[in-house]
Amino acid sequence: MMKKRLHFFALLMLGLTPPLMADTVDDRLAAYQGEGASDFSAERGKEMWFNTYSHAAADKPRSCTSCHTNNPRVNGKHAKTGKPIKPMARSVNPQRLTEVKKIEKWFKRNCKWTLGRECSAQEKGDFLSYLRTL
Amino acid sequence: MMKKLMISVISVVAVAMAGSVAADSDRRGPDVKPMTNPLYQSECGSCHFAYQAGFLPARSWKKMMSGLADHFGDNAELGEEDRLAIEKYLMENAADMANERRSRKFMRSIGDSTPLRITEVGYFRREHDEVPQRVLKHEQIGSLSNCMACHTKADTGSYAEREIRIPGVGRWEDD
Repeated sequence: MMKKRLHFFALLMLGLTPPLMADTVDDRLAAYQGEGASDFSAERGKEMWFNTYSHAAADKPRSCTSCHTNNPRVNGKHAKTGKPIKPMARSVNPQRLTEVKKIEKWFKRNCKWTLGRECSAQEKGDFLSYLRTL
Repeated sequence: MMKKLMISVISVVAVAMAGSVAADSDRRGPDVKPMTNPLYQSECGSCHFAYQAGFLPARSWKKMMSGLADHFGDNAELGEEDRLAIEKYLMENAADMANERRSRKFMRSIGDSTPLRITEVGYFRREHDEVPQRVLKHEQIGSLSNCMACHTKADTGSYAEREIRIPGVGRWEDD
């Protein structure tokens, strides 16, 4: 009897787990909406990936592609140290976009390096919307 | 009883001998204390080789960890908790806290200065002054900051000459 009940609970938990585990990206998008962003666009995110930015600290125009190449599905290479960077696309690197701390750390660093400023909630939402399609 | 005693005496001697042979072939120990901090490895090692703490004095690491927003031109900012944890690790294992051979040589060369670049320490420069610029231009090297390109066991804290393999050149013989 006891055993049967345990089985029942185990099955119940299994059944409940996937919908309870919301995707990290969904969580981020919801958080950005809380900061006033809305209507995220993968298309605008894609434009950000390929756009080049000039700012005071940049000796030459910078872009996401400076390190990550123009194909997010392949290895990138750190612009200065040459150290390989794993692909950004989740289809080839499922570890991507699974940790809030990492996502926000790299947004902070890389927006400052690339754009010369932090990204807005709208930009981050657009960007993640693009990356998650890959 | 006697036989048992003999066996244990022999094994003690054998173990001691094996120990001394191992110690002899590697008698100097690691050049620099190996890096063992997973946080430092993941946070700093994701962009560059995780340089051992024993290459710079604690005051250098303190200064470096206070200026991560402009880390040699890159933004390497960390959350405060991680920043403090890494700073603590680096300072506790710094060259002026270490007894390893290369750490001592680096410290002698550094004196009371506060270098931020390992590659600009006098001792490092002297050790690499025979490496021509054209060799560094090899796509697998790039610069003297890329330890692992030539020092094949750098990640274990070992920089022995016999382990050097220079891309495009091969073994390195100092003469």
